[in-house]
Amino acid sequence: MAVRTPERESPRASATPAVSVDALGKVFPTRRGPVEALAGVGFAIAPGAVVGIVGPSGCGKSTLLEIVAGLQEPSSGQVRVNGRTAAAERLRACVLMPQRDLLLPWRSALDNAGLARELQGDGRKEARRRAAELFARFGLEEFGSARPHELSGGMRQRVAFARTLLAERPLLLLDEPFASLDAITRAELQEWTLGALAAEPRTVLLVTHDIEEALYLCDRVLVLSSRPGQVRAGLRGVQGEGARSEVVTSEEFAQLRHRALEALA
Amino acid sequence: MSIARRLARDWGPPAALVALALLAWELAARGGWVEDYLLPAPTEVGQALVEDRRLLLEDTWVTAQEVLAGFALALAAGAALAVLLHVSEIARRAVYPLVVASQAVPIVVIAPILVIWFGFGMTPKLIVIALICFFPIVVNTLDGLRAVDPAHVKMLRTLGAGRWATLRRLEGPAALPYLFSGAKIAVAVAVIGAVFGELVGSDAGLGHVIQVGMAQLLTARVFAAVAILSAMAIALFALLSAAERLAVPWARHRSAP
Repeated sequence: MAVRTPERESPRASATPAVSVDALGKVFPTRRGPVEALAGVGFAIAPGAVVGIVGPSGCGKSTLLEIVAGLQEPSSGQVRVNGRTAAAERLRACVLMPQRDLLLPWRSALDNAGLARELQGDGRKEARRRAAELFARFGLEEFGSARPHELSGGMRQRVAFARTLLAERPLLLLDEPFASLDAITRAELQEWTLGALAAEPRTVLLVTHDIEEALYLCDRVLVLSSRPGQVRAGLRGVQGEGARSEVVTSEEFAQLRHRALEALA
Repeated sequence: MSIARRLARDWGPPAALVALALLAWELAARGGWVEDYLLPAPTEVGQALVEDRRLLLEDTWVTAQEVLAGFALALAAGAALAVLLHVSEIARRAVYPLVVASQAVPIVVIAPILVIWFGFGMTPKLIVIALICFFPIVVNTLDGLRAVDPAHVKMLRTLGAGRWATLRRLEGPAALPYLFSGAKIAVAVAVIGAVFGELVGSDAGLGHVIQVGMAQLLTARVFAAVAILSAMAIALFALLSAAERLAVPWARHRSAP
């Protein structure tokens, strides 16, 4: 098993957590009365950590992510990103990658990724240069001029991920980034993401309904209950602890999966 | 498929239908069933086109200018208003009903007043055309701006886009196909607007030719003018369709937005 970085194992007590969520609740008004999506959710993420959130569909995972991202406000409780609570500050500190790639059909793959740079104030040319740099490192260079409809689902998701990284925010929020892909492409893209994150380290909060995916990609996994979402358990993940075939067949992995399933039951 | 075969497939049926109709019309007119001044034969219309070509060309140029300028005015004002109505909730509530109401005011009433205000020149025609073209452009463009997937808006926001950046990089491009749909409807009626403006008061243009020709029972010339007007509408429509293919090639493959 690989040696863990001390920072991940025990964040220095003085360091501000990248994300801290405290007694967070979200209630949506509906025609049939208020629906409680999240209740009393609390956790903290150390800078540089990769944390997964698993839970059944409809448990408020995406809502939680959008609240952290600054796209929604909580009904109760507090969210801090880098110690700041204002939605505008949260918006500036993180970037959310949604489940669908949402590539713009009128832009080439390169310009779709470069969009993130353009929105940071770079010119089209500089944005392209930065996107091309990342494409070269991610093995996407042949697809730069392709239009989204010419790309496979896996390729589109890679382009969307490149766009997310190019926003250059310290905190990445990934909302089921692999859910729309077939099993083989998903496994491929999980490996690819691990490689990409090793090359471009970020603090990551990954939401998924796939327990194995969360355990394999993250170094900590939170299990959320169904509506209203509440943190049921916190497990350690096995990110970067060896080849997939070894890791997912190990005794420890089986135990972790078992504990996650128990927490969900 | 070869180009010749494709042309035959696309244009064969309508060409055959038109040829058949023209033949029947020719026979009916030549056979003496209808009077010449009521319905001239197609060949007589063709003859008028050739013989009066100098006069018709001049008047066609006048009408074409009116149509192009009026349409351009409507396009610029319509797109600008659509953007304003999109970004400002208050403007939308206040102005949108008025835009709809403006379509209920009969042009028949407005046109003569415009002639009194602006005279026999180009201005009143321009306004009539712009008034007619304006509505489909505003309504379509606004629909396009509002049809953007909210997930895309969120995606842009988390990447750091403000209101203006969202409009420029997402809503604007996404609304282009809608703008073109509105413009294609508008351009077809723009020609009607020009003729109507000219009928009410003018000293040149195809509408003027029609008016004078009717009074003098030069029916073949009137039909010739109508034929030119139809050709003008078709040409403008085709031009817009070509521009649309160039400007929004992605619209043919679009899933979202």
